[in-house]
Amino acid sequence: MELGRELRATYAFVERNFNLVRRYLNWEIVFLFYSIINALTIGFIGVTTGPDEVLFLTVGALLWGFLSVLFHEVGESVSWERWEGTIEYTFMAPIRRLTHLGGMCIFAIIYGTIRTTVVLAVVAFFFDISLKEANLFSGLLVLVCSSLAFIGLGLMAAVLPLLSPERGSQATHILQGVILLVSGVYYEVEVLPGWLQNLSVISPATYTLKAARAALLEGQSIAALGPEMLRLVVIGLVLIPLGLFIFNLGENYAMRSGKLKRSG
Amino acid sequence: MAAVLEDALVCTGVSKQFYEEEERVPGVKRRWFGRRKRPIHAVKDVTFQVKRGEIFAILGPNGSGKSTLIRIISTLLFPDRGSVHIFGMDVMKKRLYVRRMINRVSVEAAFFKKLSSYENLMYAARLYDVKPEEARVRSREILERLGFSPKKIYIPMENLSRGMQQKVAVARALLTSPVLLLLDEPTTGLDPKSKRDVQKFILEVQESHDTTVILTTHDMDEAEKLCQRMAIIEDGSFVALDTPQNLKAQLTRKNGHAVTLEDVFLELTGKGWEEEG
Repeated sequence: MELGRELRATYAFVERNFNLVRRYLNWEIVFLFYSIINALTIGFIGVTTGPDEVLFLTVGALLWGFLSVLFHEVGESVSWERWEGTIEYTFMAPIRRLTHLGGMCIFAIIYGTIRTTVVLAVVAFFFDISLKEANLFSGLLVLVCSSLAFIGLGLMAAVLPLLSPERGSQATHILQGVILLVSGVYYEVEVLPGWLQNLSVISPATYTLKAARAALLEGQSIAALGPEMLRLVVIGLVLIPLGLFIFNLGENYAMRSGKLKRSG
Repeated sequence: MAAVLEDALVCTGVSKQFYEEEERVPGVKRRWFGRRKRPIHAVKDVTFQVKRGEIFAILGPNGSGKSTLIRIISTLLFPDRGSVHIFGMDVMKKRLYVRRMINRVSVEAAFFKKLSSYENLMYAARLYDVKPEEARVRSREILERLGFSPKKIYIPMENLSRGMQQKVAVARALLTSPVLLLLDEPTTGLDPKSKRDVQKFILEVQESHDTTVILTTHDMDEAEKLCQRMAIIEDGSFVALDTPQNLKAQLTRKNGHAVTLEDVFLELTGKGWEEEG
């Protein structure tokens, strides 16, 4: 059973990564602490301007936290394995690359959801946030739809360390930084200069934030958010195969040039 | 060259070249983009066959191209020219199927060092579709056979000695029952007892499971003890390929006195083991 075999192998990556989280628990606590502090400081900026701003900013911080985990875990998967020295072992395993990267994505979604939930709990405690008006189900569905697009972006970013062991990892941070700048995480995109607003149009995070805020701040229903969610799904359905295609090209290049082995 | 069923591995005219950035030379004008690159011929027109069930050794000084050749056979590198067939399958065109038949022990212990041996072995088992219960039993058997204390199976790999880590690497490769086992200096860094344990186990596996083994090593005794045939590689090319006995006999006839495998190596390469190729 080819499919069963690949699904079992997908689970190998999820299990392995949760084992790594457990073994690097001190790091995890530090990262989580930093995420909480980051969300709280941004929330406190909102306190100075008004309660609506608190919710606007904390939703931005929480969503960005989730999307960056997703992007980071997928985008840094090659760099991480190269650092550990296991990249050749993983790449010569008898599995499809889709299985390998799919496993990384599933882990990233579960891990990102757990982390975001913890941060949300602390933030809600500090700011006495009321979610009476929020449509949580719509918000959750927006998150699921946007995950597809961010996985696609992550796959494209993951190829960079294959192309350049020394500089690829830094390049993924640049990409992540640009998305943060142009997507309206902490401000409306309208405040950006015109030329940067053009970039916000092609960032899936722009639509994610817009739809999630509409669900959580205004309680908009799934039907009302349908067009935004559809747009996110379409972006995801384009970006995932494109990301896989680019990753395969990068893998073939690394296998021709011998860059798989180098520790950058 | 068409592969026949008897052949576990057929390498035909395999060549591989890398490009290395040249060091900056003071006074020489720099290029605008990137540095000049010079070609390094890692493997040059290598042709050989290995029969099913055979243990075949590749000997060579550091940097002679042994590991590059192993990487090409393991589907991790594309050759620039030539072809490699494993049991009749082209390693470039049928990568997925070839990967199901092979496994590799590299000179560096390629593990998640914070994870325990058990966690690393279970990860490998899932990738190679070995059932967890079966993997648990088999890995314990193999590790015990290699003299690895079962108590240490749950402690992080980073707390194990290099020898212990290498034993786990051997266990991981054998756990998946490969029909072609690629051993890239598997006993480097092991103490004499561990080295003997691993060598004995390789022979057992080859006999009991009909496994074909390609071994690269620095250890002359190991090569002589384990392999049926060997090739000596120098600057990316095979300079000799025969049984250890024949290689020694040829030099003995030439020199008029008994020689060791090390004499053969020195005669053919003009280099000691530790010299860079």
